[in-house]
Amino acid sequence: MKRYSSKLARKEALEGYLYALPWFIGFTVFTAGPIIASFLLSFTNWDLIRHPQWISFGNYKTLTEDPLFWQGLKVTSIYATFSVPLGIAGGLAIAVLMNQKIKGLSVFRTIYYLPAVVSGVAVSLLWSWIFNPDFGVLNYLLSLVGIRGPGWIYDEKWALPSLILMSLWGVGGGMVIYLASLQGVPTELYEAAIIDGASSWKRFWSITIPMISPVIFFQLIMGIIGSFQVFTQAYIMTNGGPNNATLFYVLYLYRNAFQWFKMGYASALAWVLFLVILTLTIVQFKIANYWVYYEVGR
Amino acid sequence: MYLGVRTTTIITRVIIYTVIIAGAFVLMIPFFWMLSTSLKDEGAVWLFPPRWIPRPIVWENYKTAFTMWPFGLYLLNSVKLVVINITGILLSCSMVAFSFSRLRWPGRDFFFLLLISTMMIPGQVTMIPIFVLFRYFGWIDTFYPLTVPSFFGSPFYIFLLRQFFLTIPREMEEAAKIDGCSTFQIFSRIILPLSKPALGTVAIFTFMGVWNDFMGPLIYLNSESKRTATLALGFFRSAWYGGTHTAVLMASSMIVMLPCLLLFFFAQRYYIQGVVITGLKG
Repeated sequence: MKRYSSKLARKEALEGYLYALPWFIGFTVFTAGPIIASFLLSFTNWDLIRHPQWISFGNYKTLTEDPLFWQGLKVTSIYATFSVPLGIAGGLAIAVLMNQKIKGLSVFRTIYYLPAVVSGVAVSLLWSWIFNPDFGVLNYLLSLVGIRGPGWIYDEKWALPSLILMSLWGVGGGMVIYLASLQGVPTELYEAAIIDGASSWKRFWSITIPMISPVIFFQLIMGIIGSFQVFTQAYIMTNGGPNNATLFYVLYLYRNAFQWFKMGYASALAWVLFLVILTLTIVQFKIANYWVYYEVGR
Repeated sequence: MYLGVRTTTIITRVIIYTVIIAGAFVLMIPFFWMLSTSLKDEGAVWLFPPRWIPRPIVWENYKTAFTMWPFGLYLLNSVKLVVINITGILLSCSMVAFSFSRLRWPGRDFFFLLLISTMMIPGQVTMIPIFVLFRYFGWIDTFYPLTVPSFFGSPFYIFLLRQFFLTIPREMEEAAKIDGCSTFQIFSRIILPLSKPALGTVAIFTFMGVWNDFMGPLIYLNSESKRTATLALGFFRSAWYGGTHTAVLMASSMIVMLPCLLLFFFAQRYYIQGVVITGLKG
């Protein structure tokens, strides 16, 4: 009997590997291999034509002295610092409003979610036109209330805030997730708090936020990772300008790799990006111990 | 003045509705603006203050979008990529998710953790070596770099499907096993048919991802005849700096957005379900 079952187990294990094989291959060829290759490439000078030339830490040294690298890091960090928390706060605020047993919830949910469904080039083109300083709808609406709007994406000072503003259009994407998590908070907790005389403000901060903090945390992590990968908007709308005001990190990486064919230098940029994201994620997990609340037994 | 509890509740609700309706209106403005511009003649585009309802309404712009350049071909290219990617993703990810949720094998939990952690690796880190690899294969300016990877699983979708497969009661497959079903039969006759909603979600996400992908086609495709709709729109932009064709450009953008909007309308339940599953269980 024992032999029989171990034979069965062996068969199941074999099948297990077999069914997981696509991912094993994919992981090796498209993830693990390229990460190692990218690490090695980052120590070379390579234009795709001649043989790669080993230059040790040369690329990393160049990088620290490259003002555009720092500009890319700065632009991307500022973008993440504003768009991620604003997006979370906005999405959460809408979710809380929608959670008040309102009529026509599904219609409102659809409308709020709609902008999050579309993305990429078409959206970038649409917003370029919205941001047009002379004929765009944004400055037109501002003119109705007597404000002379700025040059938006054509103005060095306003270009990055414009892209942050545009990112908030998709705030409904997070809203759906917060709404689902709000509905999962047990009502007994609120009832008990009301009996104890807690105000609705107090109930929000002491019950709602702790109960859904794991979801907020997950959105924060993914939001930061996502905002470090911004490319299309910058490429289409501003092409990094004016005067590098929107030179997002990945746009600079793209230029190095696929316009200037500096594969070694671009790999170094990619690895630094990887390390930055990794560090930010680890730091987030450390900080999470102080504010993210996990129910026992989850 | 002291307001009764009832009055305060009514006031609160009025405020809530006002805020929600105002917000919804603001979020819709860009769509109205796009639609309105796409139906204007070129002169009306450059009017200030702008007119919301174009006079005359120029449906021609949508026709021009197809005659001015081979936009139909670009859309067809996008459709091709979408179909192949959905096939690849559904096949590979459901198999792998089945293995991770239903079969026991040594190292499974470790590899699952590894799989989840790869979700956090930005694509830009692996982009260059993968490009070099495909270039070595001679695949530049073909659809292969944009389709072949889908047949080797994607961590995000594997994760989503695994979460769903775990909710299917084990008793069903125990019974099937006693009846002499093979592992493949359990997979194809029990798990897959019961997972249609999750598979639908994955298909929709894949559609959106591939349809809107810009960087992939930008890096790999050179020939004009191979451009996807999204890539072509991107090139249209650089030809557009002169300021003409704004209405046609908005019409083209509208056409590219439309499938995503329609898909969302008709499959909203699957869509939101998928967003919630992956967003809640980090």
